[in-house]
Amino acid sequence: MDVGSFCAQSHVLVVAGKGGVGKTTMTAAIAAMAADHGLSVLIVELEGKSGITGAFGLTEDLGYEEVELRAPREGAPGPAGGSVRARRITPDDALVEYLQDHGLKRVSKRLVSSGVVDVVSTAIPGIRDVLVLGKVKQLERDEVADLIVVDAPATGHAITFLTSASGLVGAARGGPLRTQAQDVVDLLSDPSRCRVILVTLPEDMPVSETIESAYTLEDKAGVQLGPVIVNACDVAPVGLDIAAGKVAEAAGVAVDSDHVAALEAARLFRLERHAVTAQQIQRLGRELPLPHLLVPSVGTDCIGLAETGLLAAALARAVSALVPEATG
Amino acid sequence: MSALARLVTERSVIVCCGSGGVGKTTVSATFALAAARAGRRACVVTVDPARRLADALGVQSLPNTPTEVKGDWPGQLHALMLDTKGTFDDLVHRYSRTPEQAESILANRLYQNLVGALSGTQEYMAMEKLYELVDSAAFDLVVVDTPPTRNALDLLDAPRRLTRFLENRLFRALLLPTRLSLRAVGVATQALLRTISKVAGAEIVQDAVAFFQAFEGMEEGFRIRAGAVRQLLADPSTAFVLVTSARPDAIAEASFFAEKLAERGVTPAALVVNRIQPSFGGNAGSGESGAPGAMAALEANLAALNALGAREEKAFAALAERVAPAPIGRIPLFGHDVHELVGLQRTADHLFA
Repeated sequence: MDVGSFCAQSHVLVVAGKGGVGKTTMTAAIAAMAADHGLSVLIVELEGKSGITGAFGLTEDLGYEEVELRAPREGAPGPAGGSVRARRITPDDALVEYLQDHGLKRVSKRLVSSGVVDVVSTAIPGIRDVLVLGKVKQLERDEVADLIVVDAPATGHAITFLTSASGLVGAARGGPLRTQAQDVVDLLSDPSRCRVILVTLPEDMPVSETIESAYTLEDKAGVQLGPVIVNACDVAPVGLDIAAGKVAEAAGVAVDSDHVAALEAARLFRLERHAVTAQQIQRLGRELPLPHLLVPSVGTDCIGLAETGLLAAALARAVSALVPEATG
Repeated sequence: MSALARLVTERSVIVCCGSGGVGKTTVSATFALAAARAGRRACVVTVDPARRLADALGVQSLPNTPTEVKGDWPGQLHALMLDTKGTFDDLVHRYSRTPEQAESILANRLYQNLVGALSGTQEYMAMEKLYELVDSAAFDLVVVDTPPTRNALDLLDAPRRLTRFLENRLFRALLLPTRLSLRAVGVATQALLRTISKVAGAEIVQDAVAFFQAFEGMEEGFRIRAGAVRQLLADPSTAFVLVTSARPDAIAEASFFAEKLAERGVTPAALVVNRIQPSFGGNAGSGESGAPGAMAALEANLAALNALGAREEKAFAALAERVAPAPIGRIPLFGHDVHELVGLQRTADHLFA
């Protein structure tokens, strides 16, 4: 499938997955890939310290104001020239802005500081999520970018995050909040506006959780799921089929026995790990009928600009290999 | 005996903390198992175990009550899966003056949402359960696996946060009209309430008022209990163990975590690094020997795995330095994931050898 068309399928991509699977890294890679294809991209960050700026070679922390992570490039395809911007939206920020938009500027700060927000958001679970997604919806409606990539909260929170709106629509009888929740439901359930990309690792627990989340999200949030990104995939080992001792003997080289033992232990370990990851990818394919985007492990200590570039390229190759979905 | 082994034989509480997905539950269970092997009566409180681990520990069917895990060790191993809501309900029952008061709180819509919606509640209930188990004196060691928290402070602040919520000044002020005139409620407060009603609906305000009314008189008990929990966490017999995986991003989060703990004067008693890529030794530099064909592939594989191992070792060396002199426990990456009891025993062998 053409990468440009892939990126233009929906205006909003929500990247979700269990903690530690590389969700933020993949958010950065998707944004970089889309920018490489000429789109203007806005990354929306929802949690504390995430390192998204680091993935674009910057050091500053993200705040409510937009930060440019990558300037439009001269000669890049598309009218936007491929820029990446980012901002953080917290529930408190979204609430204050919501109240201000509804003519309640004077009391908004006091509502937050007096702890009333805690009481209200406990009384109406999901209100925080709806406010944040409501803000994302507003950004999408205002067409602030060709593509908005949302780095969703980790673990089970992602499900709550995406199902809160439909819950609230069911519970609230009327008023501005219900309207807001309905708008969010409309956004989430329209695949031309929004899709959810699940990120996982080729390991037992992350795969199990991804399968479970996928079905829950489809059933309860009514979202369209994009392909599943399997991060940190092990490249198939080559030339490790024969035991080290035999290889050394056949090659006729004199190698001391300790070294042969080390070679053999490393060989077996590698084969075992690869078998485990391959098994998990197979299981994912068997139990969850969604296409996969396999992304290799970059094998470095920290994700910087160079690694994000590598991952974006790997992701683009995986997208190109996708079979386009049937239209209609 | 190693410093790590001394933790499980000498301390009475071990709190395992760290970010999600690093194998905290497995490590917690391993500590409890090690204590049972050392002849102690141990209980592990798990928060969100993987299904197979839960099955192995036998906690799946019976939440909130310790279940003994039978095995070939001189001590006892018990496991418990935390039921956050049930633990909170128990607290309400304990501190209510009458059964009617407890019932009206339990039936309140705001209370029913509290467990799921007020952040830190799950953390607090894990600590509350810990207190209850320690208080019961049925165990020599209680190990708690904490919920996957991004912010270490959520864990330490949870008791305070809940009491602050329950003592909310604004809503307490609303209870005054029963005694004083409505005018006693400030103009600003009334404006806030109108705002809430307008945006969120009038029922919300009614629910909240009913909740705080029902809770009247119980905050004191909750506050005293929260103080006792805080004291238990600060007790010298309590050890905080920082758990991380060897992945660089997990190490970075663990460093952040350690920093936040240090700000609160909490020093981890140990650092456990899980899923470390093993190094295989061999002759260094032989990867470039230019050996022919299949030999070259073997050499390259060994060199790549050793390099990865060395890189991980370097990544957590800085963290180890930060938490020094806390001992470091290393758990290698096994070919398969650890879920069964046999796997836990193998992990314990590595950790406490």
